[in-house]
Amino acid sequence: MNLNLTLLGQAISFAVFVLFCMKYVWPPIINGLRERQAMIAGGLADAEKSSQKREEAEAEIAVLLQDAKAQAAEIVAQAHKRGTEMVESSKDAARTEGERLKQSAQAEIDQEVVGAKEGLRKQVGLLAVEGARRILGSEVDQDKHNAVIDDLVKQL
Amino acid sequence: MANSAPTSTEYIQHHLQNLVFGYHPEHGLGIAHSGTEAAEMGFWAINLDSMFFSIVLGAFFIWLFKKAADSFTSGVPGLLQASIEVIVEFVDTNVRDTFHAKNPMIAPMALTIFVWIFLMNLMDLIPVDFIPRLGEAIGIPYLKIVPSTDVNVTMGLSLSVFALMIYFSIKVKGPMGFVKELTLMPFGSSNPVVQAILVPVNLLLEGVSLISKPISLALRLFGNMYAGELIFILIALLPFWAQWMLSVPWAIFHILVITLQAFIFMMLTIVYMAMAHEHH
Repeated sequence: MNLNLTLLGQAISFAVFVLFCMKYVWPPIINGLRERQAMIAGGLADAEKSSQKREEAEAEIAVLLQDAKAQAAEIVAQAHKRGTEMVESSKDAARTEGERLKQSAQAEIDQEVVGAKEGLRKQVGLLAVEGARRILGSEVDQDKHNAVIDDLVKQL
Repeated sequence: MANSAPTSTEYIQHHLQNLVFGYHPEHGLGIAHSGTEAAEMGFWAINLDSMFFSIVLGAFFIWLFKKAADSFTSGVPGLLQASIEVIVEFVDTNVRDTFHAKNPMIAPMALTIFVWIFLMNLMDLIPVDFIPRLGEAIGIPYLKIVPSTDVNVTMGLSLSVFALMIYFSIKVKGPMGFVKELTLMPFGSSNPVVQAILVPVNLLLEGVSLISKPISLALRLFGNMYAGELIFILIALLPFWAQWMLSVPWAIFHILVITLQAFIFMMLTIVYMAMAHEHH
């Protein structure tokens, strides 16, 4: 507990340590810390700037998107219109085609009817001749009376 | 001592005795073999143990921080650098909050004080008998391993701080400014006669407050560490199986105390330096 030279020894070592610390320890550490602070501050500023840019870009995107939507709507409307037109014209074409088919079928039918009538006439004529032949016996000659029958057929 | 088991008093006294080297009027130059011999050596003696441990710890501080400083990067820090950074930032913040003048010496000094005193206090947590017993085994009669329980150590620090205080006071305020600060405050008068009467009163008050600064600074640290060490020594007198019940809580509490004392010493140093740089 006595005061002695240790006091001076301590004071000297203290001075040495402080000087050493001041010259070789403190400056590199504190400069490094300041540098890092500057880096972080710069990074934060950059981030701020980027987020501002992003906001601007987002606004631009919104405008572009709106335009695109409007265009798309227009295109859809046009397509719709065109589609309707196409359906209408196909309907017309189908109708005309149907009409035409019907007509040609009708013509065919008419022709058939004419053909059938012709056949029927002939058969009726033959039946009439056959009937007459049976009634009159064998007096009736087929060849002789063909002209008569033809004439009758024509009259039917 | 080695032959018979020491009594409690002897044990305590032994633990509180520094290893003193000096010139004894009767035995000549050498190591003191008892407290009385050490006292008889007077001022011209040196506490070898205090000097040794404080210088080793100071060198350790310098080595560790130099190592971190040499490989310092402002990029991603390593484990050592990160821990050093925490301490440096802590000291730097305290200095900048308190000390507003420009002086490149204050912050490094505060760092040195904080870490060095912390390391010296930390020796208190090494069980009291470990290193002294080791010393005895190799023939060293006394060994006090906590330098801050030596009043010479704390006084050496506080007187250095005191010297810097006076130096910076005179440097910043000029010799007359410093004298004025001591004599014209706290009581001042515009009447020269009254002022002349007040000068001795002021000088007395300011003188006491000035002198008390290094003394209180040194004794606060010394007292705290000495008392803490003494309690560890008393606990060490208990039977070995019972010691942990008291020494563990005390040691845990002491972790707080040693940090706090190092911090207080550093903080007061910064405050005193700030006062020395202040203009009125």
